Amino acid sequence: MTDMDQATYAVSGAIGSLGARVIFDRIEKRYGSVVAVDDVSLDISPGEFITLLGPSGSGKTTTLMMLAGFEIPTAGEIYVDEDPIAAVPPYRRNIGMVFQNYALFPHMTVGENIAFPLQMRKMSKAEITRQSGEVLDLVGLPGYEGRYPRQLSGGQQQRVAVARALVFNPRVLLMDEPLGALDKQLREHLQLEIKALHEQLGVTIIYVTHDQEEALVMSDRIAVMNNGRIEQCGRPTELYDEPSTRFVATFIGESNFIDAVVERLDGTAVCVEAPGLGELRAPMRSGLTAGAPVMLTVRPEKIVAVGDENGMAADMNVVTGTVDDVVFVGEMRRYVVVLPGAQRLVLKAQNRRGVQGFARGDPIRVCWNVDDCRIV
Amino acid sequence: MTTVTSEIAQAPRAAQMARFARLRRLEQWRYVLLLLPALVFLIAFYGYPVAAMLTRSFSEPGWGLQNFEPLLQARSALDAFGLSIPMNAYIRVFGITLQIALIVTVFTLLLGYPVAYALSSVSPARANLLMILVLIPFWTSILVRSYAWMVLLGQEGIINQALIATGVLAAPMQLLNTRLAVYTGMIHILLPFMILPLYAVMRGIDRNLLRAAGNLGAAPSAVFLRIFLPLSLPGVAAGCLLVFILGLGFYITPALLGGQRDVMISMLIQQQISQLNWGFGAALALVLLLMALAIYLLFTRLLGVERVFGSARA
Ligand SMILES: Nc1ncnc2c1ncn2[C@@H]1O[C@H](COP(=O)(O)OP(=O)(O)OP(=O)(O)O)[C@@H](O)[C@H]1O
Ligand SMILES: [Mg+2]
Repeated sequence: MTDMDQATYAVSGAIGSLGARVIFDRIEKRYGSVVAVDDVSLDISPGEFITLLGPSGSGKTTTLMMLAGFEIPTAGEIYVDEDPIAAVPPYRRNIGMVFQNYALFPHMTVGENIAFPLQMRKMSKAEITRQSGEVLDLVGLPGYEGRYPRQLSGGQQQRVAVARALVFNPRVLLMDEPLGALDKQLREHLQLEIKALHEQLGVTIIYVTHDQEEALVMSDRIAVMNNGRIEQCGRPTELYDEPSTRFVATFIGESNFIDAVVERLDGTAVCVEAPGLGELRAPMRSGLTAGAPVMLTVRPEKIVAVGDENGMAADMNVVTGTVDDVVFVGEMRRYVVVLPGAQRLVLKAQNRRGVQGFARGDPIRVCWNVDDCRIV
Repeated sequence: MTTVTSEIAQAPRAAQMARFARLRRLEQWRYVLLLLPALVFLIAFYGYPVAAMLTRSFSEPGWGLQNFEPLLQARSALDAFGLSIPMNAYIRVFGITLQIALIVTVFTLLLGYPVAYALSSVSPARANLLMILVLIPFWTSILVRSYAWMVLLGQEGIINQALIATGVLAAPMQLLNTRLAVYTGMIHILLPFMILPLYAVMRGIDRNLLRAAGNLGAAPSAVFLRIFLPLSLPGVAAGCLLVFILGLGFYITPALLGGQRDVMISMLIQQQISQLNWGFGAALALVLLLMALAIYLLFTRLLGVERVFGSARA
């Protein structure tokens, strides 16, 4: 963050603060025999927007609750700005949180809801009024102080929840599926608003969602969770292009999987033998031995249909099959190809003049770059 | 399917509207039908006798308002109950009744609120188990429970014996036939009626609201005072209303446990009826009924019906 940015904050008011660094160090949470969170380690930089992405029951909420202080880890330690927070009660942690269903106090007006954290901090009336007004401006709801939560639409309630979580200048903001209850159009709109707010305020945001598109659009980094563990953590493009496990490859975007057996390792590439398809190659990966059963994964849009032999480069995997299904999806066509050995492959082809179309039953030859596939 | 839609499409709009209106009316009648058996029973065996009884306050021994006159006199003696005090004894009995009902309500609230809070905080499975403990007293009749208190509180009762055996008392203390005994018995019997509505409302309070308050910087005491308590008020109102109105009509318990001066209206009514003073007994009953109604209306007017009988989430 530059000095310039800080100057703008000073002018625009007291809302906004430098984000804190948050470290999860080998955190575990058990409920009896259920392991809700399993050996989770994360180092979150100040001001980062990180998303916990995972299916229902994967431990996302539990992870947030431990940081907020409502659940106590059974092992490990959490640090905020290098300080362990295990001994700090929730109400002294100064971490903002937007709950899944907003948790706005139904018996208080919007103004009272937003004033609540400031009253708890014994701020003066004048200061509270000023800061409440400012944060409502920030979320685009000026003049809504007198309304009750039930008199607001879902999107407006969401904004109030964000305002209430930000008004006391927390250095970390937790958001548990904050857009889960809203319709698609409003979600997309608010995604951009939250993103803009993040850039404007500089607060560290830990965001939870099970919507992979939302995670890809908003995050600096995504931690993909499954069964309480972090399967992979990285930038959106990293996760999409280089999924390290089958789960990540399926959960983010669409993927093809081809059963194969490792044939040999030749330094820069792995050669695998897929039944009926011959030899295929993939980028090198550690921990593989010849003869091991593996899976080769490739994204549908990385596969292209080709004519006979024209200009086939050496760094391409080529297979032939039969078109089994064609679906027209506007900007592209989606083909399902049956390969010898009964494996299936999905590919997407742009609807462009000059791109050859195929019909059901047509023989088809497809290829993809070796670097576009992974062994998982 | 197609024939039906085309038929509707061809039907004139007015006819369509009429058909929908008919369907709606049918829908409403369904609910009336569901209510009907209970309604008939209540009207025949409850509504009619009550109405007939209350009419007697104006018709016996002769038509007029003479049954209400004793209530309006400056003083009247009620020697049978030892209440020959220089004020209208009937009004005084109404006063005692209100006082007992009020004190019982306050104490059931003080005792019941923590219980309901605990019940609403544990897991639903455990709460169901504990709820059985709360409801066990319902399995025995009020009469038996009142007699049980007589056994406990009597001169030779367990409490007096224990106090003498441990040397706290030299001679037995008068516990039975006191106002304290009336309070004790009534609180015991009415406690579940306070706990149930309190629990129902507290269960409905979203626990995330309490977490949110903590997250926003509220210490546990502030979470309770600013969030939980206000949200539980509909339950407090419903419980107090229920206990207070039930308390107004108590008869057996004060009759068995109370002293000579602990007279409640229902005892007075019973006495009048047993002396075949149907008219005056009915007049007292009517006043009691109006009092209960007035208190009910006052409560709902002050708090709003939907707050008394609605949930905390509304
Ligand atoms: N209080 C609890 N007692 C027992 N098990 C629990 C408790 N809270 C959570 N769990 C279990 O821990 C696991 C993780 O739950 P968590 O709520 O963190 O999932 P989540 O990723 O937030 O899912 P969702 O997307 O559905 O909100 C689940 O298997 C859940 O059943
Ligand atoms: Mg969750």
